[in-house]
Amino acid sequence: MLILEGIATSAGISKGITVKIDSHDDTPVIKAIKDTESEHIRVEAAIHRAKTELSELYEKTLSDAGEEVAAIFEIHSTMLEDEDFLAAIFNNIDTESICAEYAVYMTGNQFASMFSGIEDDYMRERAADITDLSKRIIGILTGHRHNPFVGLTEPIIIAAHELLPSQTIQLDKSRVLAFISRKGSMNSHASILARSLGIPAVAGLENGFDQIQSGDYLIVDGMNGLVISEPDNETLDSYEQKLQVLNQETLRLRSLIGTKAMTKDGSLIEICANIGHSDECLQALEMDADGIGLFRSEFLYLESDDFPDEETQFLAYKKVLETLSPKRVVIRTLDLGADKQAPYLQIGEEDNPALGYRAIRICLDRTDIFIPQLRALLRASIYGKLAVMFPMITSLLEVKSIYTLLNTVGKDLKSEGIPYSEDIEYGIMIETPAAVMITDRLAKEVDFFSIGTNDLTQYAMACDRMNSKISYLFDSGSVSILRMIKQTVDAAHQNGIWVGICGESAADPNLLPYYIAMGVDELSVSSPKILMLKENIQSLEKADCIIQCAEYLD
Amino acid sequence: MVHFDYTIKEEMGLHARPAGVMVKKLKPLACNIIITCGERSADAKKMFALMAMAVKCGETVTVKIDGDMEDEVKKELLEFFHVNF
Repeated sequence: MLILEGIATSAGISKGITVKIDSHDDTPVIKAIKDTESEHIRVEAAIHRAKTELSELYEKTLSDAGEEVAAIFEIHSTMLEDEDFLAAIFNNIDTESICAEYAVYMTGNQFASMFSGIEDDYMRERAADITDLSKRIIGILTGHRHNPFVGLTEPIIIAAHELLPSQTIQLDKSRVLAFISRKGSMNSHASILARSLGIPAVAGLENGFDQIQSGDYLIVDGMNGLVISEPDNETLDSYEQKLQVLNQETLRLRSLIGTKAMTKDGSLIEICANIGHSDECLQALEMDADGIGLFRSEFLYLESDDFPDEETQFLAYKKVLETLSPKRVVIRTLDLGADKQAPYLQIGEEDNPALGYRAIRICLDRTDIFIPQLRALLRASIYGKLAVMFPMITSLLEVKSIYTLLNTVGKDLKSEGIPYSEDIEYGIMIETPAAVMITDRLAKEVDFFSIGTNDLTQYAMACDRMNSKISYLFDSGSVSILRMIKQTVDAAHQNGIWVGICGESAADPNLLPYYIAMGVDELSVSSPKILMLKENIQSLEKADCIIQCAEYLD
Repeated sequence: MVHFDYTIKEEMGLHARPAGVMVKKLKPLACNIIITCGERSADAKKMFALMAMAVKCGETVTVKIDGDMEDEVKKELLEFFHVNF
């Protein structure tokens, strides 16, 4: 038995077999270059692409782990915009006459060593951020993306020299029991991520790390910062007991799988999952989701170098519909613009991107982008229960324009002999105050509403959610916002359509009583939050909620 | 040119997240902003340079602003420092 001491960076206890991720040498090949100018252009293009990836990671992390954690990728993005960094890369290309890949590698090392030399734990950890960033750019340049976590099949403990945040967020969480690393501390971004994902972690094992080999059976004690290799029976027993206590909570939540999301007095609410990628639908099913309440189609656009063609989209939609069938899948049409940019869609500088050319505004203007998506959706509709949702609606005219396009698309498909379902539901996002004010009219035109509380709060409170100075104003639980939600729910029900909430606040236990009182039909949250939400619903009485809601809103 | 002094109260010092927000805000401005702390100094529009200063809690920085609307910028920055650092 061997006991190693490190830093407890994420609570919890795990035991299992270790896989050591070699600090595999990904030094790019040095190539001598004559045309340095074209290497500059390659670097610029790769950085542009990296920014897009980071904004996608930001979105994904925001829904999986919350804003505090997502900010990591925003910091990365700001680092990429640093002129000194770019100038240093260019300088390395010019003075050494080397290829872009190696110049980025050199520059990354130079900047990382600048930070690892600082006598301050927090700043020293930023070296890992720079390494992560330069690896991302090199990966884009070479086309070889190395993610050591891809291809894991059995649940394991991951031992790494140093964990990088973008690897940590992208790995398959169901296959990782714990993280241990030689470097790192509480302030490493990878540690912050591990905490938010609820995976036990011990970092900073230093030289002790070398005594761990792949295949070792370990206990990782993320409460006390201990890693125990090949434990004796006594130790195993004592940890077994600790684990049982810890597992009780997980078990309690797991035991809710298969039960109904029903209040004590018998009021049912559907709990669905928000997903950002077709790969995430299995996790949603495992957590007992009643369906997919929000499938963001943007990943198709952000993952590729050009607009995804109809066939690519069709296959992705088909896969999710088939997996979930007979449960409903709500697919949101393209919501690009504002903070989500694709390099091939040049929107240009805008003074107010959040109030600018985005989402349905782009789609109705650029039917060459929109029609392939509508065709792909209609074609996929025969493989499951499809609902299509349109974002950023502000007027009835927009809805009518969408229907005109849908009619054309339907007619074309018919004349081509391509089948599609006649039972597709069409709905809209309610996320602008303008839409809230006409929900009574909109409800007559569509099959459902889904309230996007993040944007609705931002627009109604005139508050940029990224601006830390005014973050106190960003409150989805304010009377103003709750009244808007109530107005929307009432208008929906008076017209016999269903209404859901798919913003972050759908998982907020403090707001749940109000949503229950109003009679919201569906709440859509990220998969890890489904069971917690179900437990909260089961603990409430709708009658009490109605009293609480009336007191607060009237 | 205008300037102000500020003593960092935030435990983590001039840390990455708000520093990033600050860099984003300052980038488009048509003025030069230099932050000095003892012998170290950095352009406030440059993320890496700022972070490399590694300003710690309790240290005093001098912020010099030179250019368009410098008084307004000073007022805003002072407020930003108070809220974030």
